[in-house]
Amino acid sequence: MNEMRLTEREDVTMAESKISARGVQVYYGDNHAIKDVDVDIQDKTVTAFIGPSGCGKSTFLRCLNRMNDTIDICRVEGDIRLDNEDIYDKRVDPVQLRAKVGMVFQKPNPFPKSIYDNVAYGPRIHGLARSKAELDEIVEKSLRRGAIWDEVKDRLHAPGTGLSGGQQQRLCIARAVATEPEVLLMDEPCSALDPIATSQVEELISELKENFSVVIVTHSMQQAARVSQKTAFFHLGVLVEYGETAQIFTNPRDPRTESYITGRIG
Amino acid sequence: MTDITHASPGRPNSILAPDDRTRRRNAAEARFRLYGILAIGVAILALIFLLTSVVRNGAGAFTQTYISLEVALPADKLDKNGNRDPAEMAKVSTFGYKPLIKAAIQDAMAAQGIAIDGLKKPESLVSEDAAAQIRNYVLAHPEVIGGSRTFDMLASGRIDGFYKGRVTMQSAERDSNVSPEQLRLADALKEAGLVETRFNWNFILWPDASENRPEAAGLGVAIIGSLYMMFVVLALALPIGVAASIYLEEFAPRNWFTDLIEVNISNLAAVPSIVYGILGLALFINFGGLPQSAPIVGGLVLSLMTLPRIIIPARAAIQAVPPSIREAALGVGASKMQTVFHHVLPLAAPGILTGLIIGLAQALGETAPLLLIGMVAFVRDFPAAPPEGLFDPATALPVQIYNWTQRSDPAFVERASGAIIVLLVFLIVMNAVAIVLRRRFERRW
Ligand SMILES: Nc1ncnc2c1ncn2[C@@H]1O[C@H](COP(=O)(O)OP(=O)(O)O)[C@@H](O)[C@H]1O
Ligand SMILES: [Mg+2]
Repeated sequence: MNEMRLTEREDVTMAESKISARGVQVYYGDNHAIKDVDVDIQDKTVTAFIGPSGCGKSTFLRCLNRMNDTIDICRVEGDIRLDNEDIYDKRVDPVQLRAKVGMVFQKPNPFPKSIYDNVAYGPRIHGLARSKAELDEIVEKSLRRGAIWDEVKDRLHAPGTGLSGGQQQRLCIARAVATEPEVLLMDEPCSALDPIATSQVEELISELKENFSVVIVTHSMQQAARVSQKTAFFHLGVLVEYGETAQIFTNPRDPRTESYITGRIG
Repeated sequence: MTDITHASPGRPNSILAPDDRTRRRNAAEARFRLYGILAIGVAILALIFLLTSVVRNGAGAFTQTYISLEVALPADKLDKNGNRDPAEMAKVSTFGYKPLIKAAIQDAMAAQGIAIDGLKKPESLVSEDAAAQIRNYVLAHPEVIGGSRTFDMLASGRIDGFYKGRVTMQSAERDSNVSPEQLRLADALKEAGLVETRFNWNFILWPDASENRPEAAGLGVAIIGSLYMMFVVLALALPIGVAASIYLEEFAPRNWFTDLIEVNISNLAAVPSIVYGILGLALFINFGGLPQSAPIVGGLVLSLMTLPRIIIPARAAIQAVPPSIREAALGVGASKMQTVFHHVLPLAAPGILTGLIIGLAQALGETAPLLLIGMVAFVRDFPAAPPEGLFDPATALPVQIYNWTQRSDPAFVERASGAIIVLLVFLIVMNAVAIVLRRRFERRW
């Protein structure tokens, strides 16, 4: 009886954390870029990774959808689980994983195709739509989720690269959500954007957490404070502190975190 | 107290007067621009010189003088037994037709009242090809025997040259092949409307002709041979080259082996083309047992030669596709292959195409390796339609040019220059196609 309750409880915590990483080490050749990182990322939450430049935020983020596989010299050790399944298991096809764990990059990178084709590409290759009408529906829904539908609905067949930087980035977000991912990884999605576009994207991120688990890397602490519920502070490849955003910013436990948020390191 | 209106030494306080440094810099810039203009000027001059000399020498090849004569076809000469048996008629060789031509000229002279003192061998106004022309006609249409018929015959090379300015009365005096009297006769016939110069389709359509009949020599077999070879090169080098580039750029691990391949490809692109000819001779003809002089062998050799020249620019084009596009595709869950074929390749296509067309153009103009595999042979028979025709003997445009420049009759120099014009037109067409294709693919937005 007792035992059963225990397992039940464990199930609950497991269900809460969408991704759990244990003892993750990343090496670029001899460079030990990520050192023994443990982290639990929850569903329907925005988790921010902050830290000085070069501390390994992007590297760790790219472990979560195995984008690091494309770098020859990169080696990942440890255990990363998505819904309690090891994503580095031999049986996992990274392509399938990336459909579940979408990614938005630092520099907006729409395909040099039409706005429609940009969004429709993912659903097409994953066979998510059985008809043109269904695909149209997915495209519209994704563009709405990307908060860009109203701006582009009249020119869906215009080139995606003709949009402004902020619009391009929202198009990339729409493209990422079109494959119905469960987790959305964003690597400094606003660093190439002006303040107005940044606030639009931030607003969008807050909406996205209703449906997705969002992980965002940012170099702006204000941004982390504005959009995230959980914050992880990385320093020199080590996860120094991880907790509620409010707590990290008002009451950091580690002196290194404190120095960073008060502007003494980084 | 320091006077702050006086700046550091050497720097005048007015920006209206340039200082020494600025003046020197501007002079250097002006000089550099001048060098550039000079360099381009030299290049343009060289190009103009090349084009004018080729056109001046070669334009004549595109016109041809014809002599139109009514030739009597007496039955007693052409069909002695009068039974119109083709086998028996064929026994009368072209030699038997020569007197008919001579008679036709004499008839025309009599009819037009032309008399020229000291005229010898009036029949040599007409090309040696004419006898064969009449014979072929008679054998195909035996019913004309006994009557007469007007034939449009090629003028001989010297007479043709006379109307193109290559042969003059003065040069004819010293020439054993033509006399001033014959030239005067030609002029008289021209007056009578029997001699005419018009566009020379035969130059493009007919096969090569022997040493003493330059007026009948054409590029037909060479053009077909070249087209067949380009077809083989395109069919082999394009897919292999693109596949190799994609594999090396996108899939191959970076290790000593791929480094070795890379170095070798660069070296192969620099290997002299004649070496490929030797390789082709050994590999395809001696070892593979393929026929000599065949476009298939030429195409294979040129493919080998062209491959590295296609792979290098294709790899550069693939490399130039921004990595962010690959990340974007991988990020939405495209496989490596989907990334390459949906995104990388379309973006690299214009660059790949440019490299391909330049490679093909080089192959089209290549002579040396073809000499080694026997494509220099004298070929008068057109190859059959592909694919069988790929194994028939043929020549190629550059080899034909080389061949004609080796012959003694100056009429062949004209033909060679004309062939160069044809080759240049082919190259221009290929480049135009490349530009059009590139425009179409280059919707890079
Ligand atoms: N592709 C790569 N190849 C080799 N080293 C890399 C590569 N990407 C990142 N690194 C190294 O890994 C470390 C962490 O980099 P990164 O994750 O990009 O940091 P951040 O995103 O926090 O600025 C740095 O020392 C960087 O030099
Ligand atoms: Mg980074």
